Amino acid sequence: MIELRAQGGLAYAFVERQVALMRRYWLWELVWVIYSITTSLSVAYIGLAQPIITGTETDAATTSRFVLYLLVGTIAWRFLGIVFEDIAELIAWERWEGTIEHTFMAPVPRITQLLGMAVGTIVRASVISVAVLFAVMLFIPVDLSKANAVSAFALLGVGTLAFIGLGIASACFPLMWTEKGLQMAYIVQAVVLLVSGVYYPTTVLPGALQAISVISPATYVIEGMRRALIDGADIGSLWPLAWPALLIGLVSIPLGLRLFLAAEHHAKRTGRLKRSG
Amino acid sequence: MIAIEEAGAERRTAPGTAVGRIALSARGVRKSFSGRAGKSVHAVDDVSLEVRRGEIYGLLGANGSGKSTLIRVFSTLLEADAGDVRVFGLDVRADERAVQRLINRVSVEASFFKKLSAMENLVYAGRLYGVAAAEVRDRARGILKRLGVAEDRLHEPLEKLSRGMQQKVAIARAFLTSPMLLLLDEPTTGLDIRSKREVQTFVRDLREQHDATIVLTTHDLDEAERLSDRIGVIHSGRLVAEGSAEELKERHGARDLEEAFMSLTGRRLEEADKGDDEARP
Ligand SMILES: Nc1ncnc2c1ncn2[C@@H]1O[C@H](COP(=O)(O)OP(=O)(O)O)[C@@H](O)[C@H]1O
Ligand SMILES: [Mg+2]
Repeated sequence: MIELRAQGGLAYAFVERQVALMRRYWLWELVWVIYSITTSLSVAYIGLAQPIITGTETDAATTSRFVLYLLVGTIAWRFLGIVFEDIAELIAWERWEGTIEHTFMAPVPRITQLLGMAVGTIVRASVISVAVLFAVMLFIPVDLSKANAVSAFALLGVGTLAFIGLGIASACFPLMWTEKGLQMAYIVQAVVLLVSGVYYPTTVLPGALQAISVISPATYVIEGMRRALIDGADIGSLWPLAWPALLIGLVSIPLGLRLFLAAEHHAKRTGRLKRSG
Repeated sequence: MIAIEEAGAERRTAPGTAVGRIALSARGVRKSFSGRAGKSVHAVDDVSLEVRRGEIYGLLGANGSGKSTLIRVFSTLLEADAGDVRVFGLDVRADERAVQRLINRVSVEASFFKKLSAMENLVYAGRLYGVAAAEVRDRARGILKRLGVAEDRLHEPLEKLSRGMQQKVAIARAFLTSPMLLLLDEPTTGLDIRSKREVQTFVRDLREQHDATIVLTTHDLDEAERLSDRIGVIHSGRLVAEGSAEELKERHGARDLEEAFMSLTGRRLEEADKGDDEARP
């Protein structure tokens, strides 16, 4: 019990650090929010313009459904992407700040650090996503009359777990390859974006890509969130989509942690912890 | 101020044995890196040394002689290829976490979140060692005042502080966690004369008032002599001599430490520094 509280106190260091960094880098955060809003809006306008682009008569309900379809994808992807990036960049970020050795010689178990960072990034992702959501609602008429918010949030939660795991695993790359590691993490993210059906059903993808989409948690989460927000599906009926994502989370977090510890060990043996070249 | 550590030390070191009086022991430590074109660099080559509790031990050597590598091995940031390192009897590998609780390290380069203030950086650092924020703020003010850092500078982004002030904040940060063993890697390199003196005085006071054990590296002969109870001379990764400044001078019939360094390594310290500049990353 006392130990648990102590670990909680250590983890809190990383949450507080995240909030302090957001405040001090507020201008960059603002840029990021504006960038996110404009991307989401641009995507939503594709939906609104669909009748004009394709030259077909489309009733208002269909257009509205299409817009919501796209919006769920872009906003959920923004949220999950922030979670992934913040964690995957943890080594590269601290190398750039110059704090990596200070953080890594502290008597903090890595799992506690990662837990704290996960909470910190969820705070950050929530702030940004809520800002985007409000801004988009100002510009675009969104019909959420049938939405089941509870099941949408449940799926987002499951997806967040899975992306934390993927992020931890990808944070190993910069430990192994000081020069190209971060780029490799971004490639992982880009491939996940392509195969997960963020803006389209995965059935339009070629077979090989569809096969990869099966292991991406976003595939299930975003599809499930659509059903919840567009058709009002409840948690029970979304279970077939929730469990694969949950499974990926339950596997990727411990596996990612194992890989991370092994990579850290490797870095401490080869002198790569701090080296950026 | 050192209540936490004292309890910790008694618990973690073998009571009644010599171990309790040895703060740091290294035996046969080796570390090499694979450099460019597959050539390997022997950064630390079979180093053995012992630092007694309450002692200030100075590692004196030119740039690239292996000082930082050795400090990193002591502070669990690098794993030695061979050898055995113990901090108050605890193995740096097997008891990594317990060792981490007993030590802290100040590096040459200020390792701070640049945009966060000194206070924010210190509160973060304190939390990592289980020191409550209120206590950190309290202690930090005291330490930094002594080091001549004005209170109102503590809330500015750290990157706005001078190099000297940043280094003082770094020392305060390490000292806040009441380490039993403090590792100072070139704490005064790059500081102006005045800051250098202030830091040196602080280091001396630390030892006198707080039973801290300090290992410091330097390539400044004057600093080594001024601060250390014992000096270890390190040359190309090897510990080539050990003793108090007086002993080293006597042993080599030298008038000053510089002459002693010359006869030990065959080079003047300044020359050695220049020659190694290119090898530095
Ligand atoms: N992480 C590392 N990777 C590769 N080579 C390293 C690393 N750290 C140090 N070295 C090399 O090891 C030697 C000793 O370096 P260092 O311990 O930093 O010396 P000092 O601190 O005495 O200047 C140098 O040749 C340096 O280039
Ligand atoms: Mg050095």
